[in-house]
Amino acid sequence: MKLEDLKKIREKAAKDIELRQKNARVKIVVGMGTSGIAAGAREVMKALLDEIAARNLTDVMVTQTGEKGLASHEPMIEVHEEGKDVVIYGNIDAEKARRIVAEHIVNHNPVTEYVIEVK
Amino acid sequence: MMDEICSHIADLIVNSISAEAKHIKVTIEKSKINNELSLKVSDDGKGMNESILKQVIDPFYSTKIGRKVGLGIPLLKGTAETCGGSFNIKSTPGRGTEIAVSFPLNHPDLPPLGNLKDTILVLSVSNPEVDFTFHIKNDVVNFTFDTMEIKKMLDGLPINSPEVIKFLKDYLDEHLDFFNKQ
Repeated sequence: MKLEDLKKIREKAAKDIELRQKNARVKIVVGMGTSGIAAGAREVMKALLDEIAARNLTDVMVTQTGEKGLASHEPMIEVHEEGKDVVIYGNIDAEKARRIVAEHIVNHNPVTEYVIEVK
Repeated sequence: MMDEICSHIADLIVNSISAEAKHIKVTIEKSKINNELSLKVSDDGKGMNESILKQVIDPFYSTKIGRKVGLGIPLLKGTAETCGGSFNIKSTPGRGTEIAVSFPLNHPDLPPLGNLKDTILVLSVSNPEVDFTFHIKNDVVNFTFDTMEIKKMLDGLPINSPEVIKFLKDYLDEHLDFFNKQ
């Protein structure tokens, strides 16, 4: 594989580049402070990225932030959706992260059993 | 407690991002000939003055209230010292920070490297506004992953697009295989 192959991907996506450069419909923020990383935030982030790639979710963006101040609930993720309350999930692992993508992000049903706060 | 070297790498990179770095350079070199695993992370973030730097290395140094300093760097320094390795940090306010660590490869207390491919992918894709240059070397092969070069190829298509994530995952799988094998 060569990086030049990215040009083909770019050409294929050319028609909706402008749309993708606008704000994403959903932003998922993963807490990647020291305690988050030690608790497995990297594996959670990787699972989220795998799901986004596999499901071709062009309107979902995953990003990271530092310490969230609730180390005992790490790894934590926040789901920000336009016009909706922010949902914070705690004690997440890769499998739970995949479930959140399927149920919350794709089917719009938050996974209440993992929710620690809604704001 | 960090159980992998890659967790320390991720932690240093997140520190650089918190310091508003726009370009982060990471060099990881594994040399069986020199019996050494070395790691360097440098950034162009806001840097630290002498007092903050001392506190970052030793979180109990200052009695000042209200300055939050994490435990990531003391943990890394402790790991390096436990293994008989070295730890150096340089920082200049307004210019950036550089942290260099080395470990003897054959030390029984050296934590496993961990998943380098996922670490690079996750950090590069989740911080599209930051540029990363990763140099990965061993005694035989030298591989560079540079997001500036990638973004140039993408010409406006975001690096966190699903098909780009998939491509970069496969690309890293293919090109970083050498590092895990040695």
